[in-house]
Amino acid sequence: MTEVAGARELSKEALLDAYRTMRTIREFEERLHTEFATGEIPGFVHLYAGEEAIAAGVMAHLDENDYVASTHRGHGHSIAKGCDVKGMMFEIYGKDEGICRGKGGSMHIADLDKGMLGANGIVGGGPPLVCGVGLSTKVRGTKQVGVSFTGDGGANQGTFLESLNLAAVWELPVIFVVENNGYAESTSRDYGVAVDSYVDRAQGFGIPGVTVDGTDFFAVHEAAGAVIDRARNGGGPSLLECEMVRFFGHFEGDAQTYRAPGEVDDLRATRDCIVRFRTQVVDAEVVTDDELDAIDEEARALIETAVDEATAAPVPELDELLTDVYVSY
Amino acid sequence: MAPIVPIVMPKWGLSMKEGQVVEVLVAEGDQLAVGDDLIEVDTDKISGIVEATAAGMLRRLVAEVGRTYPVKGLLGVVADESVGDDDIDAFVAGYAVPSAAEDEAEASAYHTIDVDGIMVRYGRLGGGERTVLLIHGYGGDLDNWLFTTTALAEGFDVVALDLPGHGQSAIFLPGETVADLARFVERFCEVLALGRVDVVGHSLGGAIAARLAIDHPDRVERLALIAPVGLGPEINTGYLDGFASARSRRDLKAVLAELYTDQTHVSREMVDQVLRYIRLDGVPQLLARLRAGITADDVQADQPVLDLDPAQVPLLVMWGSADRVVPAAHAAAAPAGAEVVVLEGGGHMVQIERPGQVNATLARHLRR
Amino acid sequence: MARTITMRQAINEALDQEMTRDPSVICMGEDIVGGAGSPGEDDAWGGVLGVTKGLYAKHGDRLLDTPLSESAYIGAAIGAATCGLRPVAELMFIDFMGVCFDQIYNQAAKFRYMFGGKAVTPVTIRAMVGAGLRAAAQHSQMLTPVFTHIPGLKVVCPSTPYDTKGLLIGSIRDDDPVIFCEHKAMYDMEGEVPETSYSIPLGEANVVREGGDCTIVAYGLMVHKATEAAETLASEGVECEVVDLRSLSPLDLDTVIESVEGTGHLVCVDEANPRCSIAADVSAQVAQHAFGSLRAPIAMVTAPHTPVPFAPGLEDAYIPDAARVAKAVRSTVATGA
Repeated sequence: MTEVAGARELSKEALLDAYRTMRTIREFEERLHTEFATGEIPGFVHLYAGEEAIAAGVMAHLDENDYVASTHRGHGHSIAKGCDVKGMMFEIYGKDEGICRGKGGSMHIADLDKGMLGANGIVGGGPPLVCGVGLSTKVRGTKQVGVSFTGDGGANQGTFLESLNLAAVWELPVIFVVENNGYAESTSRDYGVAVDSYVDRAQGFGIPGVTVDGTDFFAVHEAAGAVIDRARNGGGPSLLECEMVRFFGHFEGDAQTYRAPGEVDDLRATRDCIVRFRTQVVDAEVVTDDELDAIDEEARALIETAVDEATAAPVPELDELLTDVYVSY
Repeated sequence: MAPIVPIVMPKWGLSMKEGQVVEVLVAEGDQLAVGDDLIEVDTDKISGIVEATAAGMLRRLVAEVGRTYPVKGLLGVVADESVGDDDIDAFVAGYAVPSAAEDEAEASAYHTIDVDGIMVRYGRLGGGERTVLLIHGYGGDLDNWLFTTTALAEGFDVVALDLPGHGQSAIFLPGETVADLARFVERFCEVLALGRVDVVGHSLGGAIAARLAIDHPDRVERLALIAPVGLGPEINTGYLDGFASARSRRDLKAVLAELYTDQTHVSREMVDQVLRYIRLDGVPQLLARLRAGITADDVQADQPVLDLDPAQVPLLVMWGSADRVVPAAHAAAAPAGAEVVVLEGGGHMVQIERPGQVNATLARHLRR
Repeated sequence: MARTITMRQAINEALDQEMTRDPSVICMGEDIVGGAGSPGEDDAWGGVLGVTKGLYAKHGDRLLDTPLSESAYIGAAIGAATCGLRPVAELMFIDFMGVCFDQIYNQAAKFRYMFGGKAVTPVTIRAMVGAGLRAAAQHSQMLTPVFTHIPGLKVVCPSTPYDTKGLLIGSIRDDDPVIFCEHKAMYDMEGEVPETSYSIPLGEANVVREGGDCTIVAYGLMVHKATEAAETLASEGVECEVVDLRSLSPLDLDTVIESVEGTGHLVCVDEANPRCSIAADVSAQVAQHAFGSLRAPIAMVTAPHTPVPFAPGLEDAYIPDAARVAKAVRSTVATGA
């Protein structure tokens, strides 16, 4: 019932945008899963499938002037923050036209013009940077906010805890989103974290927090809206814990033997945020299946083209090895 | 008894306290003529040559390569052969460097004055009935007159200023044309109540001096222009631009090399001094503005020296024949009645490369 | 107008002038104001050694005391640099890099490259380096080589008040992350410094003394040990050319090689431990690029491969001194005469 109510509070355009974001991320990740197995993609990738509602629900409240710092599992945040999807695909294939000129790869996708401070190969690397965003905003007197995404594992890093404190004492306009998918790589969240809730941790630092079901777009959207508004209007930092699910392994190639038999199949059947969103908006009679199907097709086509073009695209010239280390040297 | 004449460490400029002997170019027993090069000396600002001031035999060489001597410290002794070795020994043993009291007086020879809101640094030295005003060129400062100031101070009240935007004056240009700067120099003279002055100008300072004489005839008695701007169209714009845009020691050294025939003058200390100036905030932009103001289509915008009348204002034009900034060929265009002296082989900074000849010629012109 | 001030004052003046010139410049660090939130006076310390004293009165909230939380505030300085500020963060002692190094070498240093040339991270991290204050092993290190090893970082270590002001202003205006190393034993050293603002470009060595017999390469406090040695040697008839590197990354190898081409002898002096030091780096590069100019093996005078000891006698023996430099010069000059 409330599920339907949430859907009716947003404009149709906003709903379609959110769906497009989630669908594009899902398509992007599912396709990467397939393509990675072919051996065409160098290095390793960490997929965001199953977690789309968080990226979409949080980013719906941000614009290009706001900044986010992501994690090693950053494709979803990047797409939701407005990074060019083809540019990302080129990047993951290590191509010259990649969003980082083929020099960053999956774990370093960034576009500062879009407020995307980067996926980050260092777990816990992002929270201090987002404190910097908040500091810059405060000093310059703007209304920008910074959002740090951290996994349940990353939330054990000293950088995360130090950043909670710094943001609290400086009352910075930042939001710490904890994406709790239950696993720190292969280690259970319950093994590595003694408290029941990350909100308890936040409160220990004097920061308010809230836990939501991260597979419910509307729950994320509403909670994120509240904490972002608060930050934007001088209310200081907050923590937003999203309980959600990871459809793939820690990295592609992860056999996931640490998971329960049938666990992923069960999650896909019962806790798919996109299926849930679809039901919610169609039941609310604000969007039709046909409209959503059209977006599905749009996303499929976009990713299809992106992969085709990325595989065919030229690799960086070898002299690119030496460029862009410094602005000047 | 024939006189015993000491050769001493000269004082080049107001702040020189000591100099290091780099090379000795003569040997005991040599017969010296006035103006002969004797000893190469390095100071913290400049490298120069000690020249013979008296003719005679070099009887004793005190200077040792690598050693540092105070200003007026004894470097050698010149005397006729008739003077006995004992007397020479006694002279050397008894020689005392004059006390530092004089130095303290000279330390106060630097002054600053507010001219229409612009702080101007100037040096004033010597004394006499006549005042000689020294005006340096583009990018220069009053240290361009290191060898000139002390020599002229023997008989004149010498005033050398840092033009606005130069040296240690305020980093501000009251205008970017020769006429603007001449007007400012006139205001400087007024504020300092200098009365009528003889003006010695080098390079751009030459054009400023000429413009001052034309626009303010009551101010200027005599003119001496060294490698002046203002006598012809050509000017080495590569030098002007290179100077304004140099950021590294390497670049600047290559630019400053254009100023001299003898590259030993482009010493580490000299390059450092200039670097310290051009690195100050605002200086490169100011120099670029000045460069644009004194040229038009890459030739000299204002050529006031051509309009001078030496019958009204006695005019000396001096040039180094190997000048690579303003061509010495311009000397041929000097107005009738001007005395023209071209020093063979000298570069743009001829007053530093040939101080003996330049100072003697200047003194003769100014005493006429 | 140039007047004589200390290196401490030169740093203070550089920060003051840059904060005045550019509102995006902020300073942050532990106790750089001092007494924040405490019942006593504001600006109680002005930094642990008083370097930033008085700036709070002029610039107020753009001077931020931080919690003792290097990872967070160094990271925040870096994050702020990517979005509109030009922060100067003080990492009190460079030895504390261990608790925030990820933010420096994995984040700041790599943004530009791994983001395909889009990021600009104009952050300056000031830190005290060097031994001599009896501060023992964790507050006395010369860790410059750790930073010069990292592509994307610039590393500066000045030796005079004049260079300190100009290089600090140059670092603040630089668009790359700069590690600005201040030798803590030199804060009271005096020198002529213009009052006007000026900047010295990073990557230019300074020949502080010319000589034809042996090149001594040094930086920071060691420049003064090298100069002292050069003076002693001059009285023995050996003329040394002393090259002050000033900036360790970029490194002005051209000036070093030019000098070695003139002297044929090289002694590298470094207060860092010897392995993978600046001295080792310069030695290797000269051997690689100018071997033909060398008339004797290169000599290195460095700290030993030990932590910095506490007992005064031991610490004095740890720090390279003029006598050791002179001895190395005599030895190399004798070998290749």
